[in-house]
Amino acid sequence: MKAVRAIAFAALVIGALPASAGEISPGERRSGYSFMAPDTKAMQDDDTANPGMLWVLDGEALWNKKQGAADKSCADCHDDAHESMRGVAARYPAFDKELGRPVDLEQRINLERVRRQRAEPLAFESRDLLALTAFIAEQSRGVPISAGSDPKLAPSIAKGRELFMQRQGQLNLACASCHDDNWNKRLAGSAITQAQPTGYPMYRLEWQSLGSLQRRLRGCIFGVRAQPYEFGAPELVELELYLMTRAKGMPIETPAVRP
Amino acid sequence: MPSALINVPKKARRGDVVEIKALMSHVMETGYRRTAAGDLVPRDIITSFTCRYNGAEIFRADFFPAIAANPFISFFTVAKESGKLEFEWIGDRGFSETASTPITVE
Repeated sequence: MKAVRAIAFAALVIGALPASAGEISPGERRSGYSFMAPDTKAMQDDDTANPGMLWVLDGEALWNKKQGAADKSCADCHDDAHESMRGVAARYPAFDKELGRPVDLEQRINLERVRRQRAEPLAFESRDLLALTAFIAEQSRGVPISAGSDPKLAPSIAKGRELFMQRQGQLNLACASCHDDNWNKRLAGSAITQAQPTGYPMYRLEWQSLGSLQRRLRGCIFGVRAQPYEFGAPELVELELYLMTRAKGMPIETPAVRP
Repeated sequence: MPSALINVPKKARRGDVVEIKALMSHVMETGYRRTAAGDLVPRDIITSFTCRYNGAEIFRADFFPAIAANPFISFFTVAKESGKLEFEWIGDRGFSETASTPITVE
């Protein structure tokens, strides 16, 4: 009887342990870039071979295009994006006072469209929204990630961290099960990376397209056979925010290329 | 709004072998995929790519549904004279795009 009780107690203790064996120390942090094959690295490094640059070009055209009932372009207020947008992507997701919660860069663009340009918001993962996001984020290339320093974001970061550590889905895996505990190993043929969101929106060869961090997160959640959150859901933004604080100080690579 | 990225050395010495790289924005829809409702998504691909060097064709490729989206083509030519490299992509649904870039040969 005592033995049974001891086993039950042991099971309880193991069950109560956090999913993570250990978070990645700052010195050990590595961009997904460092896990890639030389060919894929070359593709990212050469701006005329990086397909993500096609979206950046489109985004620059959209930046200067007048839109909505206000008949204003992004450039009418923000001038030259090369100066005004430098470092902005490194600070997102950021707190929006009116909504009282954090919004990511895509959501910020749509809020500006609705509030200032009086235009319809762009659909998540639409070519135009990805193009504008890529163009804005590309201005922050090489800028160290600094998202999450606003104290109002603390509860959202904590929620994001909780979601990252939370086991879910039929496979009962947490994000941390792979990306904190087993990075640098392989899952089937693919490298398990650290999930550092340094290059979004990024061109994935598997997608044959540019895609957002939310798309990537939904893909992973689907992969552990859980029900993904809808695009724009606060939970996804909280996860994005936690991942960005986890990658604090790492340089932005947008548009990155990944396999 | 299709756009192209071209990478050709601005300057080359006569007789040099130069690499030419061309990336074109295109979905390259295979024509084999179906929508959730079961309808076939019609094929929409680039079918032909041509490069001319001062009017003379130096490279041509036919594309098929197995070519990835945003096709990237890289090839070599001998720098003979200063002038213009012209690129042309032709595809389904009347797709037709051109680009050109100068090269100086010394």
